[in-house]
Amino acid sequence: MAEISSEVLLRLDRVTVEFNDEPALREVTFELRKGETVVILGASGSGKTVLLKTAMGLISPSAGTVSLLGRSITGLRERDVMGLRGRMGVLFQEGGLFDSLTIEENVAYPLLNQKALECPAEEIRSRVEEALQFVELEHTLEKLPSELSGGMRRRVGIARAIVSHPEFLLYDSPTAGLDPITANTIMALIAKERDLRRTTTALATHRFQDGQLLANYYYNAKTQRLEPIGANGEAVDVRTRFVVMGEGRIVFEGSQEELERCQDTYVAKFSRRWKG
Amino acid sequence: MFDWLKPPVLKLQDFVLLTGRAFFNLFRAPHYWDDVAVQMDIIGVGSVPIVSMIGFFSGAVITLQMSRALNQYGAQGEVGRIVSITLVRELGPVLTAIIVAGRNASGMASELGSMKVTEQIDAMRALGTDPTQKLVTPRLLATMFMLPILTIIADFIGLIGGYIVACVMLSLTTATTYWSTSYQVLEYNDVAQGLIKPVVFAIVIALVGCFYGLETTGGTQGVGRATTRAVVVASVWIFVLTFFIGKFFVQLG
Repeated sequence: MAEISSEVLLRLDRVTVEFNDEPALREVTFELRKGETVVILGASGSGKTVLLKTAMGLISPSAGTVSLLGRSITGLRERDVMGLRGRMGVLFQEGGLFDSLTIEENVAYPLLNQKALECPAEEIRSRVEEALQFVELEHTLEKLPSELSGGMRRRVGIARAIVSHPEFLLYDSPTAGLDPITANTIMALIAKERDLRRTTTALATHRFQDGQLLANYYYNAKTQRLEPIGANGEAVDVRTRFVVMGEGRIVFEGSQEELERCQDTYVAKFSRRWKG
Repeated sequence: MFDWLKPPVLKLQDFVLLTGRAFFNLFRAPHYWDDVAVQMDIIGVGSVPIVSMIGFFSGAVITLQMSRALNQYGAQGEVGRIVSITLVRELGPVLTAIIVAGRNASGMASELGSMKVTEQIDAMRALGTDPTQKLVTPRLLATMFMLPILTIIADFIGLIGGYIVACVMLSLTTATTYWSTSYQVLEYNDVAQGLIKPVVFAIVIALVGCFYGLETTGGTQGVGRATTRAVVVASVWIFVLTFFIGKFFVQLG
């Protein structure tokens, strides 16, 4: 489905991040290539969020280099990084919605503030409605985030992330703290975005089933639902790679089969818990 | 050996950087005038009732306390001068700044702190806005503009408080003497320090409030800590700075 390309959208090269002399990332090397889906698994505090924030240039590494869309952002001024950030989308852990703005203003925010997007003012409303329709929340335009449930806020977060039609998307624990049904709805939306728009996707999560869903299911535009890959004999390439993080390091990298076969006690916790 | 110095020096460095960026943003686009107006309303208009009340009672209480001493020396006619100088030089600017620090430095720290712990600050940066430009500079501008005005209001209402005690309650002097002496006693030096102080205090209140807000960590408990620190640090700096500014103007003569 997605085109196979070796173009590297994101690269962290031996990156170390420290907070008050405590390392949060230790010499991490990570790549996100165009067209692939990367699932970053790890316990709380293993460095998943720090990895994603460092990749966006929100956290400065104390050692190593970060490249975004082919350009090194290490040591670059915030203003220069902002232009690059306009080409990516992000969903923060709790949604990161601005609680003083309405849903419409929240979703329109990147279009209004990202100069690089150059979105004409008359298009903003329709783009916002389109993004909210995608997450099936088009009736909430005038509401405030506090009036929505946790799952709905996460869906608005997805709408805000995709409204700019980004080249790749980073999701930080999109299902954390949600009930299984809502979590599945969120994951279905992430797969739908990936497969309809062919967006490169990196997903940080502590739930193996989230990764398994992205690796084994795809969104069928005809039936408008998720279907197992290969069930209809369709040629679907979602190229899912799994990365496991522990104590600020990448302790495993490979396919789903390799992850399930891995004997390391820590790594196995993420695959076996689900299987069990 | 000097490791213990590292955290405060780093914090000071961060504060200086934030100050530099907040001021530099005044001269570069985009300018968020809507946010400036909203903050002016919150900081300025919102503080008028409390600042007026504090001003009124401080003027009244100075007059009340001074009345006995003035009576002893038979200098009741000087009451207007004393109230005017005390309020314009010192009490007006300091009390107004302390009130605004309590109301708004805490408000800024808690608002920005909540935004920080709920990743709204990160979201802002990820979605193309510089939080210093969008959040700090408008608060700085609004406080710098509104605090001198609030101080003038406090000074004036303080003089009314003094008038009511001096002329209506205690009949120390006539209204004409009270108002003319309180006006005539003020020199350029007094008015200048009475207006420079609020501008300096405004910079302290806005930047300290925003600084502690933006460096909040540790969830809702962290927001509480940031709020307390912002008020304490801003209040202490107000008292320290009023001494040095006062000293400077005393030396000027």
